[in-house]
Amino acid sequence: MSIISVNDLAVSFGSGNDFKQVVKNVAFDVEPGETFGLVGESGCGKSTVLGALAGRIKGWSGSVSIDGEGVGPKRSRLQLAKQQMVFQDPFGSLHPRHTIGRTLLEPLEVHGLDQRQERVERVLRDVGLPPAFRHRFPHQLSGGQRQRVAIARALILNPRILLLDEPTSALDVSIQAEILNLLKDLQERDKLTYVLVSHDMAVIAHLCNRVAVMLDGQFVEVASREQLLQGSVQHPYTRTLLDGSRGYVPPRKLAS
Amino acid sequence: MPEQTKPILSVKNMSVQFPSLSGVVSAVRNLSFEVGREKVGIIGESGSGKSTTGRAIMRLQPATARVVADEMRFEDVDLLTASEAEMRAIRGSRISMILQDPKYSLNPVMTVGEQIAETVILHERLGRKAARERTLAMLERVNIRDPQRVFNLYPHEVSGGMGQRIMISMMLISSPSLIIADEPTSALDVTVRQQVLSILDDLISERNIGLIFISHDLNLVKSFCDRVIIMYAGRIVETIDASKLDQATHPYTRGLLEALPSLDHPRDRLEVLKRQASWAEA
Repeated sequence: MSIISVNDLAVSFGSGNDFKQVVKNVAFDVEPGETFGLVGESGCGKSTVLGALAGRIKGWSGSVSIDGEGVGPKRSRLQLAKQQMVFQDPFGSLHPRHTIGRTLLEPLEVHGLDQRQERVERVLRDVGLPPAFRHRFPHQLSGGQRQRVAIARALILNPRILLLDEPTSALDVSIQAEILNLLKDLQERDKLTYVLVSHDMAVIAHLCNRVAVMLDGQFVEVASREQLLQGSVQHPYTRTLLDGSRGYVPPRKLAS
Repeated sequence: MPEQTKPILSVKNMSVQFPSLSGVVSAVRNLSFEVGREKVGIIGESGSGKSTTGRAIMRLQPATARVVADEMRFEDVDLLTASEAEMRAIRGSRISMILQDPKYSLNPVMTVGEQIAETVILHERLGRKAARERTLAMLERVNIRDPQRVFNLYPHEVSGGMGQRIMISMMLISSPSLIIADEPTSALDVTVRQQVLSILDDLISERNIGLIFISHDLNLVKSFCDRVIIMYAGRIVETIDASKLDQATHPYTRGLLEALPSLDHPRDRLEVLKRQASWAEA
């Protein structure tokens, strides 16, 4: 059975003249242990879909069920703990004046979990950081280490689903490789389900089993990893995105 | 023709040093390279000194930094000894710089047209009317459909892609012979990036000038540039033809290539770069 099931999801912001439909009747299912990608350009609504799944964005309509349970815009703590987010910029997403230990304790306090110290130590080990890092502040960490902390914060509530919003686009290539490997390892070990938002087709093809290509709030195509790698995609926009991640294609060559 | 083969920019043994309380920190060490009428890419990770290099050539390094070199020559100008007034006459006129994000690098309280025209008014002492004509022609050259309308827009009223095309027109209106582009397309979406790069590509080859293209994107530099300089910890570890980047031999370059997820050579796990202290020394 699908762990995430989305039907007719629509999100809009503003009213009157400022009314803007950002996501238009999107539907998809994600199987347990699968990585589902959302790819598209800025403003296409991919992060908004993720926000609605996470429970951050409340003004949506349609039906969403997570782990076999229908959820509304308002959720219980237990429902919120099932999916956790990792954001793009590890510089902006960690509190600059909280130690790493403090940052990791906060979700435990909110959700009233016990064995807090043990949990913090375990999760730091899981993401490959030494336990002593709990005494450090974010500015004492490199970008890659910070993103590991962000992943640790998401994992500390033992979620079934991680919602990843461009988790590596602020990182250097070599650090990106480490984080992508870490995400793969964690997924295998804990049978996690990922929903990954990215603009980079190569990252998508590396992690995802399937990807939805979004344009202007709608899915234009849902392609499998195999289709991406073989280049047998249907929609011209998907092809444009694929070409784009290979680098610069001079228009003269495009025409021929 | 000797004019064609002579390098536009020649840098020998350049170092950029930042004196601090705990000793001198060198962001760039003993860099030597030449740029001719070609597209040269500089690749490196954050902190490798690639942007510092670009700024040092323009003499735009922070006031606390010290640039030392055996030679820094741009055409007939000795960049080491040129006075600040001479540098002002060169910047924006003979060497131009395109920065990453037009949102932050354009003046928010001036219309884009005025900003572009300012360049030729200052450097070529053109009258307002003539400058306006030149600006409109330049805007058209970067595929802006309605230059009359765009001329009067403020930077917040244009999209990222249009902003970057405005930057390019501002940088090219005075016919520079060298352009330094520091991550010019990192803030842009894929489709817009293609468009901006093709405009830049056309202008560079049409005017037969030099380009230094600073980027962290290996695929982009490989496909866009003629030659690639790979920097690590402030030094050049390898210089290679862009078309041969896949056959690079230096372990750092190889490491970067193998760390990159690829559509053409999918791998289950990515190689993790194992840094060696010798790369920073050799």
